[in-house]
Amino acid sequence: MSSGLLFALTGVILFALGVAGVVLITPLLRRILAFNLMGSGAFLVLVGLAQRNGMSDPVPQAMVLTGIVVAVAATALALALARKLHALTGGLELPADDDD
Amino acid sequence: MKRLAVIAVAAAFVLVLGSAMLDLAPTAIDLRGPVMANLVQSGVEHPVTAVLLNYRGYDTLLEIAVLLLALLAILAVTDAARPVAARPAHPVIETLARLAVPLMILVAVYLLWAGAFRPGGAFQAGAVLAAAAVLLHLAGLLPGWRAPRPRLRLGLAAGFAVFLTVAAALLTQGALLQYPPEAAGGLILLIESGLTLSLALILAGLFLFLSRDEAAP
Repeated sequence: MSSGLLFALTGVILFALGVAGVVLITPLLRRILAFNLMGSGAFLVLVGLAQRNGMSDPVPQAMVLTGIVVAVAATALALALARKLHALTGGLELPADDDD
Repeated sequence: MKRLAVIAVAAAFVLVLGSAMLDLAPTAIDLRGPVMANLVQSGVEHPVTAVLLNYRGYDTLLEIAVLLLALLAILAVTDAARPVAARPAHPVIETLARLAVPLMILVAVYLLWAGAFRPGGAFQAGAVLAAAAVLLHLAGLLPGWRAPRPRLRLGLAAGFAVFLTVAAALLTQGALLQYPPEAAGGLILLIESGLTLSLALILAGLFLFLSRDEAAP
């Protein structure tokens, strides 16, 4: 097993952990962290799979570089929204769904 | 119950995708060859920079647009409350920040220049500059930002504007962002310089615009 494949498999695990976190965790800050974990897992899969035969491919690396910066911006936007929610309601949890 | 179900689904997902990866055939499309073959006329010598700013320049163009959009959205949802005044930090931290920031600016300029032939480039340089601004803020030397004034707005939009201008000017070449090979190096450096400035301001703004004093009236 090459190290690239190992990265990709780790990425899959991180992604699944992130998905479970986004669904199960209700406090918003931790949910945003779980969402970031999902993103990191996807990036690891992209980079890892591309270099599983031992040589790195610049195209997925450039895509991931782009993705990281966009993920930072999305996280900041999520934090700003969470902060607004805290200012409006005083809590950091979304109201429960009715159909739950 | 819901908890167990979600965990079971996630574990099954890991198993299926993991086993699929283990017997995945070697990739049919190999982009390394074309990337390396065209490196000579891309204007830069590092393949990742060539992909980012030449072969797939429109990705980067849209990325800086998304960043700008995220910052605008943040400005829209945050109230125009009083920004946090610079609180005096511990003198050791303050001195360290004063020493580190000039070095960080130097590193950022180096990274921008090095991007043409080794790992580096506008994103890394912009991130280092933004980190310098956040460090100054945390050390109590730079107050949080209020609603942006015209000069700051110009800086925030400069990278996107420069990139868009170059892209529009090059439309006569036939394809979006197809640089003439002899001018590619200069154009990429111009775009990257604008990107570094705007990325630094936007990334710093993501932190500094949010750093407001909620307790203030």
